[in-house]
Amino acid sequence: MSTELPESPPAPPEVSQDASSSAPSRRTFIATTAVGGAVVAGGLIAGPSVFGAEPAEAVDAPPSSRVSLTVNGERRTVTVDNRTSLLDLVREHLGLTGSKKGCNAGACGACTVLVDGRRVNSCLTLAVRLEGAEVITIEGLSKGERLHPLQQAFIDQDAFQCGYCTSGQIMSGVGCIDEGHTGSPEEIREFMSGNICRCGAYVKIVRAVEQAAHGN
Amino acid sequence: MSPQPQAAVGAPLSRVDGRLKVTGQAKYAADHDIDGVVHAVVVDSSVARGRITGIDTRAANAQRGVLGVISHLDKPKLAYRENRVSNAFPGERLHVFQDDAVLFFGQPVAVVVATTLEAAQHAASLVKVSYDAQQPSTDLTRSPAQDGPAPFEAPYKRGDAQAALGAADVRMEMTYRLSRNHHNPMETHATIARWDGDKLTVWDKTQWVIGTQNELAAVFGIPLENVRVLSPFIGGAFGSALRAWPHVTIAALAAREIGRPVKLALTRRQMFFTVGYRPAYEYKLRLGSTRRGRLTAMTHDFKYETSRYEQFWEANQALGQMLYAVPNVSQKAQMVPLDASTPLWMRGPGYSSAAFVIETAMDELAYKLGIDPIELRLRNEPGEDPSTQQPFSTRRLGECFRVGARAFGWHRRNPTPRSTRDGDWLIGTGVATGCYDVFRGQAEAHARLDADGTAVVQSATHDTGTGTYTSMTQVAADALGLTVRNVTFRLGDSAMPPAPAQGASQTMLSVGSAVQDTCDKLRQQAIALAVEDERSPLHGVDADEVVVRGGRLHVKGNTARGETYRQLLARNNRTHLEARGSYTPEEESRFSMYGYAAMFAEVAVDARLGLVRVRRMLGVYDVGRIISPKLAESQAVGGMVGGIGAALLEHTVTDHRDGRIVNANLADYLVPVNADIPDLKAVYLDGEDYKAGPIGVKSLGELVQIGVAPAIANAVFHATGRRVRELPITAEALM
Repeated sequence: MSTELPESPPAPPEVSQDASSSAPSRRTFIATTAVGGAVVAGGLIAGPSVFGAEPAEAVDAPPSSRVSLTVNGERRTVTVDNRTSLLDLVREHLGLTGSKKGCNAGACGACTVLVDGRRVNSCLTLAVRLEGAEVITIEGLSKGERLHPLQQAFIDQDAFQCGYCTSGQIMSGVGCIDEGHTGSPEEIREFMSGNICRCGAYVKIVRAVEQAAHGN
Repeated sequence: MSPQPQAAVGAPLSRVDGRLKVTGQAKYAADHDIDGVVHAVVVDSSVARGRITGIDTRAANAQRGVLGVISHLDKPKLAYRENRVSNAFPGERLHVFQDDAVLFFGQPVAVVVATTLEAAQHAASLVKVSYDAQQPSTDLTRSPAQDGPAPFEAPYKRGDAQAALGAADVRMEMTYRLSRNHHNPMETHATIARWDGDKLTVWDKTQWVIGTQNELAAVFGIPLENVRVLSPFIGGAFGSALRAWPHVTIAALAAREIGRPVKLALTRRQMFFTVGYRPAYEYKLRLGSTRRGRLTAMTHDFKYETSRYEQFWEANQALGQMLYAVPNVSQKAQMVPLDASTPLWMRGPGYSSAAFVIETAMDELAYKLGIDPIELRLRNEPGEDPSTQQPFSTRRLGECFRVGARAFGWHRRNPTPRSTRDGDWLIGTGVATGCYDVFRGQAEAHARLDADGTAVVQSATHDTGTGTYTSMTQVAADALGLTVRNVTFRLGDSAMPPAPAQGASQTMLSVGSAVQDTCDKLRQQAIALAVEDERSPLHGVDADEVVVRGGRLHVKGNTARGETYRQLLARNNRTHLEARGSYTPEEESRFSMYGYAAMFAEVAVDARLGLVRVRRMLGVYDVGRIISPKLAESQAVGGMVGGIGAALLEHTVTDHRDGRIVNANLADYLVPVNADIPDLKAVYLDGEDYKAGPIGVKSLGELVQIGVAPAIANAVFHATGRRVRELPITAEALM
């Protein structure tokens, strides 16, 4: 099946705006809109306006913000580059490397964490929008030595092989159970389909979620 | 030597590293916390063929936090010595930043190093590269082919296939096409590199720490002992981490030039550029048969993708030579050099591509002759390996089919295509054979028994998710007579006793046998110490009559007479005992050694939309002894999932106008998700194969994916009456 394709080759890799340009880049634009509106987060307003025509000497300074959030029960106040995703915040700045980067585009779910009780792709979540938020990563799931029932179920059912998607699967599974989407294996499959497992442990992931949800 | 009781081997244990993995504590390459580490981001070429005419780094360098931009313009010095150990392909590997040539789309052309990841990423997007671009050639079907690299892919001939085809009752000729697939492990490739003077340490995603060590020593022109490679956890690989790719060199180069430890993680998009792929194939098969279904001839003419700078090869000829009793066979393998990066072995390399062709063709022949597809295969079972005339170490393929047919309910099948419906869905079932070689490699291990009665065993092997930590612990525990919890197995460090790459399903047999040998030696050492010790209750006992169980040595059949390792070591003032052992496969085996599988699939195809859903699958396997049943089951169902992807979803798409891969992400390169996967069942035939190796195992991890795609394709034919000779099978092909 041939379709009409433009003759010109595809555009070269996005040539980002020179930072001195007054136009916002896509990323800073997203950052701004994500924060704008409901949550007028701490630092951003006080910081340099990303829309403002900045003086040339300020070109190199990346806009940053102060954010206070709770991570695994611990209150943290951090100054973050506005471009920093929640995933990079926990991995690179807070030393919590349990959350994984599989695609950095919201397609694989390896970075899934809970934000205010809801499962989100932390790679698509900018840290600056999380003022006051409560974040739980895989490191915050167990109570001391005692594993969360879903963590134990993953071990019991051998619901992983390489383990790289596992943190995201478990966080997503906790969300799935909390949402009540565990009525049948079909429903679990559907609601766990945002988390790719390339080793192919899906059958066992479904069993683990069932075990934790229904105690069987 | 008295045989040790087998308490751990064969027990359905949970993974010993499970807790680390479910708590996020397992450290993958990019997770290691290295003091002072800075971040590197690679700039990729945006053309597929040509020359770099300029690199403007001014905007990138002006970013706060940027420490430097490195490209060929800086003329970084790299030795690129020959490396015969871990560079397997004829030709010459890609040299990083050594000249202005662009050989494929996405080739690394520069690297940006910055104090933060954000700064490095942004600065990399500001590097302006200009090119003198030429029209690339990236289409397998339109580019000139040449003979596959000798001696890896030599033309093969037995009997006279042409004459036999001419004389055959039934002749068939089919052409099959398989698309390019990318491994796409969940963990993107990543490397942290640190120099301490002229010593280099890398934390790397690799299936071969020794191979990466050899390559880095060769590239940087430093002694082997100056390089240490660590890879304790691997987030899947499926073959992509079987060689040290350019980014590993780039990380180490950047660390050297910048003078700081450097972390470099490829993006998902970059995973499509420089870490290998399963090449696309175009494969013409002709076969001749009697009316009763005895194959008389097969000819295999195929071509596959490689790069312009290396001649990729994989084991794509073995199945055509040994799977069935065909007296007349010819094979011609050709490769097509393209403006693309070099492929690399992906799960079941060569075999899985050939199996799709041969096993679909067998189904086509079965329908042409009106013979049941399983019966057709049984009629062509060879009594010995038809390519070598060697006896099989074990070959229980027929039993796999018989056991599977019963469990799957094969006899209830109405063989007529398009004969079964469930509402809008057309239902079909299909079978295929899976088969994979038993590769074996030299391996060594070290074991230490401490005074507290615990042991640490180590070998420079790997765990890509296969379960090496667990299975080796089981082998070691039984050989030492310890409980599993008192044994720790360590791996993933080039400083440990050498082991082969974790590829070609050779780890369990090769490293497992080395672990067994090592732990046998250690146990015998302890027994010798006891029987020679006047203060031991075992004094004077024949060493061959002593067994060890639960850390206690005792006379076989008389548990009362004995003592523990702890008592023995304490009394002798020994802090520990240690031993080193190995496994070396014999140069030439007298046997033909393969693992076998019978794959069964049931699919539903939407009659109007062409949508294919797998409803259930069953695999029955002949792989010798199973060390770790729980993990072996996971491997098998995982292989089915991989095969479902290859059959129905996976397809790397190149825009041949400019050589760009257009679906270089996980939203457009489709892989199975949870909702695509029904309940899958795996059955391992009870058994062992001590002709294949000392611990009775054959090979497993590759085998379980081979035969999955043709079983599904054959089920699609049964459901719809439409024969699709192309992978993946998409809705368009069935509309």
